[in-house]
Amino acid sequence: MTASRVSPESIQQTRLVMDEIKRITTKSWNIMEICGGQTHSIMEYGIDQLLPVEINLIHGPGCPVCVTSLELIERALQIAAQPGVIFTSFGDMLRVPGSNSDLFSARAKGADVRIVYSPMDAVRLAKENLDKQVVFFAVGFETTVPAIAASLLHAEKLGLKNFFILPANVLVPPAIHAILQSPGNRVNAFLAAGHVCSIMGYWEYEPIAEKFRTPIVVTGFDPLDLALGILMTVRQLEEGRFEVENAYPRYVTREGNKAAQAIITQVFEPVDRQWRGIGMISKSGLGLREAYQKFDASTRFDIQLAQLQESSHCIAGSILRGMAKPNECPAFGTLCSPTNPLGAPMVSAEGACSAYYRYHKVR
Amino acid sequence: MDTKLSIIEGSVCPVPISKHDHIVIGHGAGGAMTHSLIQNVFQKYLGNVILNQGNDAAMLQALRDVPKDQNLVVSTDAHIVSPLFFAGGDIGRLSICGTVNDVSMLGAVPKFLTATFILEEGFPISDLKRILVSMSQAAEEAGVQIIAADTKVTEKGKSDGIFISTTGIGWAEGSYKISGQSAMPGDVVILNGPVGNHGIAVAEARGNLGFHSQIQSDVAPLNGMIANLIEAVPDVHVLRDPTRGGLATTLVEIACQSKVTIQLREESIPVDRDVQSACNMLGLDPLYMANEGKLIVIVPSASAALALETLKKHPYGQKAVQIGVVEKGSSGQLLLKTPLGTTRHLDMLAGEMLPRIC
Repeated sequence: MTASRVSPESIQQTRLVMDEIKRITTKSWNIMEICGGQTHSIMEYGIDQLLPVEINLIHGPGCPVCVTSLELIERALQIAAQPGVIFTSFGDMLRVPGSNSDLFSARAKGADVRIVYSPMDAVRLAKENLDKQVVFFAVGFETTVPAIAASLLHAEKLGLKNFFILPANVLVPPAIHAILQSPGNRVNAFLAAGHVCSIMGYWEYEPIAEKFRTPIVVTGFDPLDLALGILMTVRQLEEGRFEVENAYPRYVTREGNKAAQAIITQVFEPVDRQWRGIGMISKSGLGLREAYQKFDASTRFDIQLAQLQESSHCIAGSILRGMAKPNECPAFGTLCSPTNPLGAPMVSAEGACSAYYRYHKVR
Repeated sequence: MDTKLSIIEGSVCPVPISKHDHIVIGHGAGGAMTHSLIQNVFQKYLGNVILNQGNDAAMLQALRDVPKDQNLVVSTDAHIVSPLFFAGGDIGRLSICGTVNDVSMLGAVPKFLTATFILEEGFPISDLKRILVSMSQAAEEAGVQIIAADTKVTEKGKSDGIFISTTGIGWAEGSYKISGQSAMPGDVVILNGPVGNHGIAVAEARGNLGFHSQIQSDVAPLNGMIANLIEAVPDVHVLRDPTRGGLATTLVEIACQSKVTIQLREESIPVDRDVQSACNMLGLDPLYMANEGKLIVIVPSASAALALETLKKHPYGQKAVQIGVVEKGSSGQLLLKTPLGTTRHLDMLAGEMLPRIC
């Protein structure tokens, strides 16, 4: 076992798929990988270095850390600063800059901010600290929602009155819809996120592919998965087809995980949500249904939102919409780096700027 | 050891230490309780002729034995780890090995250590004893003596259980040029075994993984292996232990210091399967995970085979392997050749490694 996670057979097959992509490509195509995990893998393995020049990969908004709105981060900071609160979050969110602070700084000033690996850990904290209010920052795409819904049901079963979430989850299909509708759109096809589809299935994407005559291919994360997803996408584009295809059948079915979908629907309902750098997208987030609103930290705590200010140097919005690549930003690698991020995409491992910085930065 | 007696404080805290299961403020007052803690706990486990003299400082006659052409090498390191005990080690073993290894990285033979203990009021004395036993064993394995020590006690909540700071003294052959600045184009980069185990073992002990594994910390004194290596291969250019920041950060440091490019082959970097799986699940990168018993060796290519053979003969080097080469290239650059034949740029770890969301 070595640092390479990929078997020699898989490497060999990836090379064959890459050869096939080169063979069938005749025109220029812009393909967007929606998911930040895929952006990370593409950069990690250098998949983009192996593609023919005609294929341009555009990095999508699929980094939950990156698209969480400034307003929600400010809310999180204010809740975390209140006495008697244990504020819990996935580690990724702690370094994301708000307009003038982040959760790490809040912790240094005395706020009780803790990294958890699962929302269930936050429920456990609530049970162990009945004199404290435990708040979980519910970020993520459809992938994290079933566990968050389950944690609420569990907290309810335990009768906990001191467990809350700050709802910030977002949904992939409305984002694809918004990108395709935007006037400057240059995306010809999408790689859909394999793990999101393992929960939601891919039936939701069929009307989008049809309406915008745009191929969408469900794709995984290993080099071979990515190569296969790109091959199936290019083949559709070259043949003039626009279907939803599945390049990740070992984990994804058309229907998805029905039990997970049921628990999501029981607890959450679609709401309009602000995406950082992009703007308001209709019905693109998940809010709590009435029966579960008692768990909603955004109404439970007193929050004063002042004027919010993004860094004027950051072009995260253009990057998240696929209009610019990270290394086209004047601040990239100079004013803005993972140690001193001006915008969220430089923070998370899934952020496009961070992936570029980590793997492609040339001094 | 601090042995200044104060009659007033002695009478304030008349209770004999044997009645205390936990550190109390009086243990740090410098009075009879401090004295008792030193004699009954510290000297019992760490004691030797020099330490047991109980003076304010240690006088090292041994230094007269240092040959004229040898250089004195000193390093100091503070150790804080949460939790204090983890699979494969504890803060005691860490506090000895960390400093022994730092002294060894210049090719020196570590001989003496000093230790400062910062104890929090309420810290269980049974845990302190366990830590001291571990320090004593590690010091014996490394062949070093603890010649001076100090204890302070903070109020509850003003520190965290126990902090240990150690300083190491050793000497090295005056002719050695072993340094982070000495990597040369054409050199070969060797690693003594799989990376990431310590970081994952500590994360697991924190209860952060949400699953259980058999992963053990690699914390170990490397001076024995290094002594064998230098004897066999006197022209070693760089020795460095990739601790915090992991293998990648340490190699970037060396590339910067030596103004060279280091090129690694991803397939050749050893990572245990359990460590890789844990990292995959948590979104962490083993190349950036901490190690406490790993050694980067950079040698001229002509000496590489002998260096590998020598390392492999030692228990801490059985899995030694060549992982890369030093090239002219741009200064401070670390490149990783992936199995696909593509090249990835590796940078220093920025801040703290954060597990990703999905």
